[in-house]
Amino acid sequence: MKKEQKIRKIINGTVIDHIKPDCAIKVLSILGNIKDECVIICINAKSKKYKKKDIIKIENKFLKEKEYNELALISPNATISIIKNSKIIQKNNAKIPDFIKGIGKCRNPRCITNYEQIDPEFMVVCKKPIILKCIYCECNTKYIADKEEKIL
Amino acid sequence: MVLKQITHLTSIDNLTKEQINFILDKSKQMLNILNSKKTLNICKGKILACLFFEASTRTRLSFEAAMHRLGGNVIGFADASTSSAKKGESLTDTIKTVQNYADIICIRHPLEGSSKLAAKYCKIPIINAGDGGHEHPTQTLMDLFTIMIKKNTISNLKIGLCGDLKFGRTTHSLLQALALFGNEIICISPEELRMPNEIKDKIQNYGGKIFQTENLNEVINKLDILYITRIQKERFISEKEYLRLKGRYILDKKIMSIAPKNLFIMHPLPRVDEINPEIDNDKRCIYFQQAFFGVPVRMAILEIMLKI
Ligand SMILES: [Zn+2]
Repeated sequence: MKKEQKIRKIINGTVIDHIKPDCAIKVLSILGNIKDECVIICINAKSKKYKKKDIIKIENKFLKEKEYNELALISPNATISIIKNSKIIQKNNAKIPDFIKGIGKCRNPRCITNYEQIDPEFMVVCKKPIILKCIYCECNTKYIADKEEKIL
Repeated sequence: MVLKQITHLTSIDNLTKEQINFILDKSKQMLNILNSKKTLNICKGKILACLFFEASTRTRLSFEAAMHRLGGNVIGFADASTSSAKKGESLTDTIKTVQNYADIICIRHPLEGSSKLAAKYCKIPIINAGDGGHEHPTQTLMDLFTIMIKKNTISNLKIGLCGDLKFGRTTHSLLQALALFGNEIICISPEELRMPNEIKDKIQNYGGKIFQTENLNEVINKLDILYITRIQKERFISEKEYLRLKGRYILDKKIMSIAPKNLFIMHPLPRVDEINPEIDNDKRCIYFQQAFFGVPVRMAILEIMLKI
């Protein structure tokens, strides 16, 4: 508990805890509308369960569905707490969705989604490891969080 | 009516068993009409747009012939160089424009998933006439129709799929359909060109049986149908690898002399050297007939999808 206290608390906003180590920056990159907000990042914090973890706290930020989904893909064990008036009013575990839109890239170089200006859409056919099936070309893509590139 | 629901035909998966049976029955009626030399006017005033972003003579001509035989009209282009795609127009923009000119669209495109994307933006029916290495459902339907005409059934047969089973989309769709109707399928290919697991996984629940072998001579005696495909040069990165695999299975007089009397040889055409023309007159070789069946089958599909 003492270690937790080292990081400043926020009054209103979101705490994303148990982020896979080294993935905080990646998570931050997928969150929209945080330009003017106070963001606290803790990298390689001690974790009982996973030895190391990253933590992000953001004032006045509440995740949208797409952000929830992408966060779950990057770090399936993350927890998301919503803070109002310095109190946790809701705490959720990240949940990998069965279907995602506008996230990731189909790894099939001959897929139409890599040529047209459209949101890619995938069925999540396997959650560990995360395997996405493109709804257009039906190819499978392995989603790797800490690399931008998705490979088979 | 079962068939009211076919809005788009982008994949053979779009169709239920009943719908496939319905299309095959309708194709039989169309074949009878063609054979009796009667003319039809049921598509009079209707327009088919053939959008061929990739050239394919056989498929395009059989779609056009089918629409003309139904008394309808055809517009379109035969390859991407004569379309606005060459000027950089997106597929979705092309579709949004063309849907106002026609009643139904058939589309051939080199990129995979293109017809599904087109269908998403299109208010008139879309027929996939081939999207890269992905799907070609009307080919599958004409293959099934050919088997139906020749064997009087499309169930409980032993069917050999031979050649390039990795890249050949016709065999992927056909395998799914054959499994759906409970056939025994023998996949004959070199190890490098085996049927992908993704396709085999898909049919696990269908009830058909699949076997795999590299040796055609070993299994030819057991088969009711041998469906052979060409090794596709354009899918190989190395010329050497292509040359090594291309002559692997060749049907000639010698192998036909040991093949069963009631075996039929099918091929989606065009062929390279996997069928020696010396056997073309053998009654068991039905690939040209199979190509002709593209017309009645596409007539049936057009009629059904136009909901006439
Ligand atoms: Zn794709």
